[in-house]
Amino acid sequence: MVAGGCLVLFTAALALVFFYAPTDANQGLSQRIFYFHVPLAFTAYACFGWGAWKALRHLWKRDPEADLESYVAIHQGVIFGALTLATGSIWAKISWGVWWSWGEDQLVLFLVLFLFYCAYFMLRYSVDPGPQRANMCAVYALFGVALIPVSFLAIRLSKSFIHPVVFTSHGYEMTNSQFLTFCVCLAAMLSLFATLYSIELAGKRLDASLRELRELLA
Amino acid sequence: MTASEKYTAAAYLVVFVGVLAYVVIIASKLQRLQREVARLVELAKDRQHG
Repeated sequence: MVAGGCLVLFTAALALVFFYAPTDANQGLSQRIFYFHVPLAFTAYACFGWGAWKALRHLWKRDPEADLESYVAIHQGVIFGALTLATGSIWAKISWGVWWSWGEDQLVLFLVLFLFYCAYFMLRYSVDPGPQRANMCAVYALFGVALIPVSFLAIRLSKSFIHPVVFTSHGYEMTNSQFLTFCVCLAAMLSLFATLYSIELAGKRLDASLRELRELLA
Repeated sequence: MTASEKYTAAAYLVVFVGVLAYVVIIASKLQRLQREVARLVELAKDRQHG
């Protein structure tokens, strides 16, 4: 059901990006990278936010499933984050002539957020499985979520930047057709997250059940 | 093909390849789990008969 919706949304998104959205007068065709790059970044934020929510559930309600759900969401977030950095780097090369700009707060803070969550896996796999690991990972995931608003607002607080600002306090700085295309792309990316999240979670749960069964049969 | 077209195609290709690689990895893990289930079913059958 979710996978089917994801496929439909992606087909619609690609059709809108290449056949409906107008070509940007300044950047030309390369501006179309925006329609995947920004939804990828927003989806990465959503993944990290969801992971932090599940971490909070683990600490607060002692929900036994929450630790695994938090881990899977953060894993997805790192994948979407890596794709955001890759597409952003390609867009930077064609627009600014460089693959990366260390002077851009938005870029550097997103990289910091990405590396912070990459380190989550180092923490997780350096501690033996159990309640202690689950608690440590939950606290780490909650700390990381504080970086999301900083990363998002960095571009708006920055004094000098070349990274474009599309969403301002006055609304969106694009045409209605561009905004519609962007919304469909964002919905497609969020549905991709929902699909991959449920598949990976089902696989992890199955793996855990099999481990238990193996121990019982041993 | 212009530079703009090349870079745009590369960006979309990166997303496609990234998602495809992830799906392939998950599919291979699920295949491993299927084999494991089959092995455990055999083990349980042997226990029942033996």
